[in-house]
Amino acid sequence: MSKLFAVAAEFDSPEALLEAIGKTRKAGYTKIETYTPFPIHGLREAIGFKKPILPWIVFGAGLTGMCGGFFLEYWVQVLNMPYNIGGKPLNSWPAFIPITFETTVLLASLTCVFGMLAFNGLPRHHHPIFNYPRFAEVMNDKFLLTIEAKDPKFDPTAIREFFAADLGSSEVHEVEDE
Amino acid sequence: MADHQELANSGQAPEVASLQTRGMILGGIGLALCAAGYMADSARFFEAYLVGYLYWLAISLGCLGWTMIHHLTDGNWGFPVRRVWESGARTIWLMALLFIPILLAGDHLFPWMAEGALEDHIIAGKAGYLNTTFFSIRALLYFVIWGGMALILTSTSYKQDSEGPEPLGVRLRLTSGPGLLIMAITVTFSATDWAMSIDPHWFSTIWGFLFAASDLLAAMAFTICIAKMLEHCPPLNKALTTDTFHDLGNLLMAFTMLWAYMSFSQFLIIWSGNTQEEAPWYLLRMDNGWIIISVILIVFHFMIPFTVLLTRKTKRAANVLVKVAIFMLMMRFIDLYWLTMPTLTAHGEHGAGFHPSWIDIAPWLGVGGLWLFFFSMQLRERPLTPLTDPRLQQALEGTGGHH
Repeated sequence: MSKLFAVAAEFDSPEALLEAIGKTRKAGYTKIETYTPFPIHGLREAIGFKKPILPWIVFGAGLTGMCGGFFLEYWVQVLNMPYNIGGKPLNSWPAFIPITFETTVLLASLTCVFGMLAFNGLPRHHHPIFNYPRFAEVMNDKFLLTIEAKDPKFDPTAIREFFAADLGSSEVHEVEDE
Repeated sequence: MADHQELANSGQAPEVASLQTRGMILGGIGLALCAAGYMADSARFFEAYLVGYLYWLAISLGCLGWTMIHHLTDGNWGFPVRRVWESGARTIWLMALLFIPILLAGDHLFPWMAEGALEDHIIAGKAGYLNTTFFSIRALLYFVIWGGMALILTSTSYKQDSEGPEPLGVRLRLTSGPGLLIMAITVTFSATDWAMSIDPHWFSTIWGFLFAASDLLAAMAFTICIAKMLEHCPPLNKALTTDTFHDLGNLLMAFTMLWAYMSFSQFLIIWSGNTQEEAPWYLLRMDNGWIIISVILIVFHFMIPFTVLLTRKTKRAANVLVKVAIFMLMMRFIDLYWLTMPTLTAHGEHGAGFHPSWIDIAPWLGVGGLWLFFFSMQLRERPLTPLTDPRLQQALEGTGGHH
């Protein structure tokens, strides 16, 4: 038998899913994920979605772009190639601001796009959850809850039992990796 | 619909009535101060009057602009506060009346109107545009256009409350499209006439858009304050959500940035060109004590509000966002004061230096009180949100509210 990705359970309504998430977290499982046919209000909070760190990385990238852009201009105009333009002082900072602004936006937006892709694990051609036997049908009117194999408490037999008996899931399957 | 009557009378909320009373009291105190200021120093009074007048006119025009932008873009962000904008837009007629003192003091405020101005060859060259007759005709034209558009947009919107959103919505969108273009042109010309021609030698082509951006910024800050004030009044207690404040907060940030962008662009171009006609305007503001205000504007009109508004948390917490909005409304006064006052006082007896006076605040209070009184009167007469908007029904059925 090949390696497992997760154990998945089906639920019939968003309410049942939210309730099941609460019980699963209470039982001490941490690596849980859900798959639903439409966005569900409150799901984000229920699975304990952590505040993303990306905004701070983008902020840092913006600051780097800002300082980098300004000092690039300063280095060129004042240190590397001091040149009298229109009788203005070498450190004509107002003229440096447009470049500073552009590099701030450039670095921040590139970091934002590529950071978002990286944190989402994209680009990606295939996801193990597609190995769930009835995935296409389930995504019409069912709500999936999974506990992934990287969970420290991962034990397929115990989880199947937990899903079926304690949470009253209608259908439980193991999902293989690869 | 048992609660339909309640919704139709939602403008009667005690919060609106109390704003109207407060407007009346502020207006009374302000007008008394205006009278005292006029007795003490009539020249200074009219200079201050121009600043105070332009301040409140900006909110009227901004409200008119937001009404149009919302009709064209639609979206959840605007429908709960549409009546705030509509009521603000209707104050245009009050502002037309309050323009009269500026006309009366024209020869003091606008050097090109003064006796013997045509001896200056630059002013003489511009006399085809800058003459009292044409100036008055233009002013009349602006108010007819603004007031007319406000009337069409608001009366159609009020009619929707009984006749349903469509097909009246077509008329709203058809007015708003060309309306925004007309606004851009009239705001540019009026800003040139009333705020730039106080120094007839100087010119800046970005001036009009600087004012347009500032109008929208001031109106958005004002909208957030009123939204926060009315958050418990039905149906706004359901219609105003955390997401609404988040959206309005984002727009406040966007226009804070746009203001900075316009202000800095104007400076950069004039500073780079460094010509005799343009540079003195900034030299005046880099000296005589005005440099402090210049730095305050960079730090407190841009850097700090921008940084504070960057975080999601600020925009989603209405009680924090409203503080930023009040702060921005304060900064708008300082910016307008800085844009006009050094030029206005330069040719007077006090000179161009930074000498604030108690008279400076009097017209702002007086006009502001009347403005708020008139604004609340408009808000009271109608439901607090468009009644037949499908989004209202959705909000009333949902859990809604941001508490």
